[in-house]
Amino acid sequence: MIEWLHPSVFLIFGAFLIPFFRGRVQQIYVVLLPVLALVTVMLMSPGVHGAVKFLGFELIFGRADKLSLAFAYVFSIAALIGAIYAMHVKDVTQHIAAFVYAGSSLGVTFAGDLLTLFVFWELMAFASVWLIWARRVKASIEAGYRYLLVHAVGGVVLLAGIVILSVTTGSISFDKLQGHGVASYLILIGFMLNAAVPPLHAWLTDAYPEATVTGAVFLSAFTTKTAVYALIRGYPGTEILIWLGTIMALYGVVFAVLANDIRRLLGYHIISQVGYMVAAVGMGTALAINGAVAHAFTHILYKGLLFMGAGAVIQMTGRSKLSELGGIYRYMPVTFVLYMIGGFSISAFPLFSGFVSKSMEVSAAADLHLTWIWLLLSLASAGTFLHTGLKLPYFTFLGDDCGARPTEPPRNMLVAMGIAAFLCIFIGVYPDWLYNMLPEKAEYHAYTATHVVWALQILLFTGLGFFMLVKHLGGSPMISLDTDWFYRKGAALFMQFVYRVVVPIEDWFIQVYRSVFRGNLVMGIKGLWLDKHVIDGAVNAIAAVVVRWAGVLRQVQTGQLQQYALVMVGSLLILSLYSLF
Amino acid sequence: MNIGKILEYMMANTRTLKRVAYAVLALTVVIDFFIERHHHVFFWDDIPGFSAVYGFISCVLIVVISKALGHFWLERSEEYYND
Repeated sequence: MIEWLHPSVFLIFGAFLIPFFRGRVQQIYVVLLPVLALVTVMLMSPGVHGAVKFLGFELIFGRADKLSLAFAYVFSIAALIGAIYAMHVKDVTQHIAAFVYAGSSLGVTFAGDLLTLFVFWELMAFASVWLIWARRVKASIEAGYRYLLVHAVGGVVLLAGIVILSVTTGSISFDKLQGHGVASYLILIGFMLNAAVPPLHAWLTDAYPEATVTGAVFLSAFTTKTAVYALIRGYPGTEILIWLGTIMALYGVVFAVLANDIRRLLGYHIISQVGYMVAAVGMGTALAINGAVAHAFTHILYKGLLFMGAGAVIQMTGRSKLSELGGIYRYMPVTFVLYMIGGFSISAFPLFSGFVSKSMEVSAAADLHLTWIWLLLSLASAGTFLHTGLKLPYFTFLGDDCGARPTEPPRNMLVAMGIAAFLCIFIGVYPDWLYNMLPEKAEYHAYTATHVVWALQILLFTGLGFFMLVKHLGGSPMISLDTDWFYRKGAALFMQFVYRVVVPIEDWFIQVYRSVFRGNLVMGIKGLWLDKHVIDGAVNAIAAVVVRWAGVLRQVQTGQLQQYALVMVGSLLILSLYSLF
Repeated sequence: MNIGKILEYMMANTRTLKRVAYAVLALTVVIDFFIERHHHVFFWDDIPGFSAVYGFISCVLIVVISKALGHFWLERSEEYYND
C-alpha cells in the first residue's frame, strides 16, 4: 500500500502522456491531472514523507506542514484553473511545459532539503521557458533566452550557496538559513532573483508579456510565489527584506505608470505585490508571516484572473497595447466584469480577497511601529488600484473606441476566469476559510470599522485622482528602460568600449614595445630573435592550448551539462517514486 | 439580465454615475467622524479623513513622479532594443 504520494507525480509524469491522447479525451485528461494533484494535496497528512538516502545526503521529498500545505493547495488550484483556461490549446508542448512547471513548484514546496529544492527549482526555469518560446515569434524566442540566461545565473548562485553551506555545516536541510555567512547570502540572492527583487527582477517584465496567452497565466502563479515560500522558510525576520520589499512595492508601481503593454503592466504589479510579501517576511512576526502566506494565496488567484482577462483581450483582438485598445466592453462584457473582480481584489477592496490578506501585512507593520514602511506600503496600494483597477481596464475596455470588434473568448476560458473570480469573492466574504490554513497562531480580524473606512477612503480618493488626471494617463507607444538594459544594451556598449579604448591602448603598448626592442640595433637582432622564438612561441603555444581547451570545455558545457541536469532530475524523480513504496 | 446592456446603460448615464460617486466619497469621510477607534498606533489614526487625503496625494505623487522619471530618463522608442 502506498502510504504517501507526491502530487508532482501526476503533473510531471502525467504530462508526458498527453501526446498519446487526442481531441476531447486529451482535454479531459489535461483537466484531470491537476484535479488528481489537488486531491492528493487535500488528502495529505502532515509529517515528513519520502525520505531517501542518496550519495550520503538525506533527501526529503515530502515535508508536509501547514506552511507547505497552504502553498501546495493554492499551487494545485492555480494549475487546475490554468489547465481549464488552456484546455482548447492544441499545442501539446505548452501543456507539458505548464504541468512540469507546476509540478516542479510543488516539488519545491514539499522539499525538505536544499538539493531537492535546487533540482525542482531549476526544472521550473527549464520548463517555464517553453511557455515563452511557444509563442514562436522572434521577440518571444529572444526574451525566452534572456529569461533562461538570468535564471541560469541565479541557479548557479543558489547552487554555490548550497554547496558552501553543505561543506561548512555538513547539513543541507531546508530550514532557517540565516547566520551561515557567505552561504546564507548566496542562497538569499538566489531566492531573491526568483522573487523578482530589484535589481534582479527584469527577467519577469521582459519575458512574461512575450509568453503565450495561456502560458502567462501559469507564469504569473508559480516562480515568484515559490520564491516567497522559500524566503518564509529560510529567512523569516531578516530585516533587510523589509526595506527591499517596500522598495519593490513602489518600484513596480512607478514602472506600471509607464507601461503600455497590458501584460507588462500586470507584470510590474506582480513585483509590487510580491514586495508586500517580501517585506512581511522581513518583519517576521506571526501576523506578518501569516499575512505573507495569505497574500501569496490570494495573489495567485487574482493575478491569474487578471492575466486571464488580459490574455482573453489579446487573443480576441490581437492587440496588447493600451495605446491600441479601448471601448471593447460592449463586445466582451463578461470578460470585463470578471477582470474587474480581479482588479478589485488586487486593490484590496472590502469583500474582495486582497482586503483580507494584504491588510494583515500592513497591520503587522503598524504593530512594529514601522512608520515609513506603513506609509509607503499604503502609498503603493493606492498605486495598485490606480493601475490594475483603473488605468488598465479604463483604457482597455472603456475609453475611446479603438475600432476592434472582438467577441467573448471560448467558454473554457470564461469558466476558468469564473472559478478564479468566485474564489476571490469567496475569500473576501469568508476569510476564515483562508485563515484556518495559515501556519502561525495570530488573532486577526480584517473587518473592523477602522480598516474598512481606511481602505475605502484610500481607494476611492485614488479613483478621484485618476479621473482628474485621466487625460495624462493613457498609454503611449514607448518602452521604458529597466535593469535588463545591462544585458541587452550594456553588453554591446562594453564591446564598443573594448574596440574604442582597450584596443588603442594595446596598440600604443605595441608601439612602445617595438621602439624599445627594435630601436637599438644590437639589441634589436637579439630582441627580434627573442621576440620570434621565445615570446611569440610562448604566446602561440599558450594560445593554442587555450583554444584547444576552450573547445573541449565548450563541448563539456553544451553537451554534458544538459545531460548532467537531465540525469540528475531523472534519477531524483525515480528516487522519489522509489520512496513511495 | 444582460451584462452588456447594463454596462451600456451605465456608460450612457455617466452624469448620474458621477453624482453617486461623489456622494459615496463624501459618505466615507463623514462616517469617519463617527466610528470608534480602538487602535492607536500612529498620530494620524485619530484624524478623520486622513486616509482620504493620503490616498489622493499618493495617487497624484505616483503619477507625477513616474511620469517625470519616464520623461527625463526611462522612456525610449519601441525600436530601442531592435536597433
